Amino acid sequence: MLGLKKADRRLFLIVAFLVIFAPFLLNPFPEWAGMAQFNAGYPDLMQKLVIFGIFAVGYNILFGLTGYLSFGHAAFLGVGSYAGVWMMKLLSMNVIPALIVSVIAAGLFSLLIGYVSLRRSGIYFSILTLAFAQMCYSLAYSVLTPITGGETGLTLSQDDPRILGVAQGADGNIPPPNVFGLNMGQSIDWAVGGWSFTFNAGYYLCGIVMLGAFYLAVRIFRSPFGLMLRAIKSNQTRMSYTGLNPRPYALAAFVISGMYAGLAGGLMVAMDPLAGAERMLWTASGEVVLMTILGGAGTLIGPILGAGLIAYLESIISTINDNIMHGWFSALPMWLDTTLVTLLHPFIGKGWHLTLGLVFMAVVIFLPGGIVQGGKLLAGLFRRKKPADTNATSATSGE
Amino acid sequence: MEAIILQILNGLDKGSAYALIALGLTLIFGTLGVVNFAHGALFMLGAFVAVTVNRVLNLSFETVDATRTDFLGRPLVVDTPYVEAWFGPEMGGAIIDWAVPLAVIAAIPIMAIFGVIVERGLIKHFYKRPHADQILVTFGLAIVLQEVIKAFYGANPIPTPAPEIFVGSFDFGALLGFEPFSIMYPYWRLVYFGFSAVVVAAVFAFLQFTTFGMVVRAGMADRETVGLLGIDIDRRFVIMFAIAAVVAGLAGVMYTPILSPNYHMGMDFLVLSFVVVVVGGMGSLGGAVAAGFMLGILQSFASMSVIIEFLPGINQVVIYLIAVVVLLIRPRGLMGRKGVMED
Repeated sequence: MLGLKKADRRLFLIVAFLVIFAPFLLNPFPEWAGMAQFNAGYPDLMQKLVIFGIFAVGYNILFGLTGYLSFGHAAFLGVGSYAGVWMMKLLSMNVIPALIVSVIAAGLFSLLIGYVSLRRSGIYFSILTLAFAQMCYSLAYSVLTPITGGETGLTLSQDDPRILGVAQGADGNIPPPNVFGLNMGQSIDWAVGGWSFTFNAGYYLCGIVMLGAFYLAVRIFRSPFGLMLRAIKSNQTRMSYTGLNPRPYALAAFVISGMYAGLAGGLMVAMDPLAGAERMLWTASGEVVLMTILGGAGTLIGPILGAGLIAYLESIISTINDNIMHGWFSALPMWLDTTLVTLLHPFIGKGWHLTLGLVFMAVVIFLPGGIVQGGKLLAGLFRRKKPADTNATSATSGE
Repeated sequence: MEAIILQILNGLDKGSAYALIALGLTLIFGTLGVVNFAHGALFMLGAFVAVTVNRVLNLSFETVDATRTDFLGRPLVVDTPYVEAWFGPEMGGAIIDWAVPLAVIAAIPIMAIFGVIVERGLIKHFYKRPHADQILVTFGLAIVLQEVIKAFYGANPIPTPAPEIFVGSFDFGALLGFEPFSIMYPYWRLVYFGFSAVVVAAVFAFLQFTTFGMVVRAGMADRETVGLLGIDIDRRFVIMFAIAAVVAGLAGVMYTPILSPNYHMGMDFLVLSFVVVVVGGMGSLGGAVAAGFMLGILQSFASMSVIIEFLPGINQVVIYLIAVVVLLIRPRGLMGRKGVMED
C-alpha cells in the first residue's frame, strides 16, 4: 500500500491515527478534573503541534540525513508566512493558493541561500545560514517594511484587492481564511459526559497537509536520493571519489527542507493571517533544531515527537503557576508543599525557557539520539535478548 | 573629513567589544577545538557582575534624620550606603562612583572560576563529539544562563553609570585642528577602547612571551606532538578557557555604561562575534582582533545618513554581507591558517 514497506506503512498509519484522533487523545481528562490543566485538545495548540511537526520533518531531511546544521531555517518559515499573507491580500482568502505560493517562494529563496551557503560545510555552513537569516530578519524589520509591515507585522486590511475573492464580506469585515468556503476557524464541539471535544476545520487541514508531508518524507528517506544524502553525512570525500558530486544532492535537500519550512509558514498564516518578522529570528531557527534533536535527528518519527513535545510543554508549562502547584501538593505536609513549590517555581510559567534549555542540554549530553534512542534503550532493557539486541539496535539506528 | 574621523571613532567601541569576544572565541576554538555558542552569555555574565557590584556597593541602611522633614512633614529617612558609613562620605561616595572599574577586579576571579567549572563540568566531555553537538550543547547552556540571569535581574535593561569624571565628551575637533566641537567623543568610549587594547595586548604578550604561552601555542599548532613530549596540554587548555571567559567577562563589565545590560545582550553580540571570527579566520587571534575593529568601523560607516540614503538598510546587514563575501572569496577568512577547521 502507498508504495511503502511494511514497517514504514505501520509507522505512517500510527501517525495518521494520532493526527486524526488528536482531539480525543490530547483531551484525556474531563473538564472537572484537576488534571484538565494538561489537556491540549484545543484548536490553537493542536494546529501549532502539527505545523511545527511539518517544520521539523522538513528540517530533518537536511540535518538528519546530510548532517548540515542550518541555523537559518526560520527565514524560510518567515518568507512562507509573508508570501501566504500577500496571496490572501492579492488573490483570495482561499488558503490553497496561499499555501502553494508560500512553498514556491520559500523554495526559490532557499535555492538562493543554499546555493551560496553550501559552498562551505561544517561550522562555516552554520554561520553562513545564521548570517543570512539575521540579514533577512534585519531587512524585514527595516527597509522592507512596505513588503513585510515592519514592526507591526503584515496584516490583512479591508481595502486589499483580492481579485479572485471578495475584498469585504457582506458584513463589511475581512472574510476569514477558508478552503473553498469551509471556514478555517469553524469547529464542531462534541460534549460527552465531562469531556468536550473540539473538531476544528483548520486543524484537520493542517493534519492532512502534515500527513502528506510526512508521507513524502518517508518516501525521500527510503529513496536512492535519500541514500545519497546519507552518504553526504557519513563521508563526503568518499562519495566524491566514487564519482558523485555531493553538492547538488545537498542543495536539493536544502531546498526541500526550505519548502517544508515555507509550507509550515503558509499554514501558520492560513490559521491566523498575520506574519511578523520575529518568526525569522535566529532563536526561532534554534527552536526547530531543538525539536529535531529532542525527537531524534535522522529518524522518521523523531522530529514529529520532538515538535509535538516542545510545543505541548511550552503551552502547558507556561500556564502553570504557584497556585496550581499548591493544588497538586495539597495532600503533602505544609512544609514539603512550600519547599516543592519554591524549588519548582523558577521552572514554570515564565521560566519555561529555563526548563527547555536544561532539558535540551540533558538530551544532547546523555541522549544524542533523542527520544527515539531513549525509547530503543528502554525497549532493549525490557526485551533482554542479549546478543540479538545489540545487532537490532545497530541495524535500526540508521532508521 | 570630520565625518570620517567621527565614524572611525564611533566604530572603535563596538569594534573593541567584538574584538574582545572574538578573541576569546578564537582562543577556545584554537585550543580546545570547541565551538562555544555560550560565549555571548559569558559577555553578558560579565556585564551582570558589574550590575551586582554596583548593587552591593549601594547596599544601604536607613537612619531617621530628625532635623529634616520630607514633603509630608515626617522626619526624613536617609539612606546611607554601608560603604559611606565605613569609609566616610567622600571616600565611600568615590567607591560607589567607581563601581564599574571596581567590578573589573571582582570579575576576574568570578569569570575565571566560572570558566573552569564550565570547562571541567561540560565542555570536557565534548572534545571528541562532532561540532554540531558542541554547538548544540553550548547553545543550550547559553539559554540556561540567560534565563537564570533573567530570573534574578528581570528582563529590563539595568542602567549602570560610568564614574562621574568620564561623563561628557572629549573634543577631538579642537585637538586635531578642525572646528571645535565638530568631533565629540564620549570619554568612556575612549576608556573602553584603551581598556580593550590593554587586554588584547596582555593576552598576546602572555601567549608570546611566557613559557606557558609557548606551550599553548605549540598545542594549538599540533596538540598530539605536544602531548607526546610529556606535557599535560589539557590542563593548560583549561586555563586558556578560563582566560577566554575572563576576557569576555571584562568586555562585558566595561561595556555596561555604554549599553545598559539586559539578559539577551549576549546573544545579540554572539552572532556578530561569530561572524567576526569567521571573517578574521578561524583559529587566528590576530585575525579576530583585526576583523573585530574592521567590522565595527564598517558598521558605523554604514550607519551614516549619506550611505543609508544611497543604499537603504545597509547599516543593518553590512556585517553579514561582508561575512558572506569573505567566506566565498577567501574561505579561510582574512588571516586564517591552512589546516585549521577545514572540515
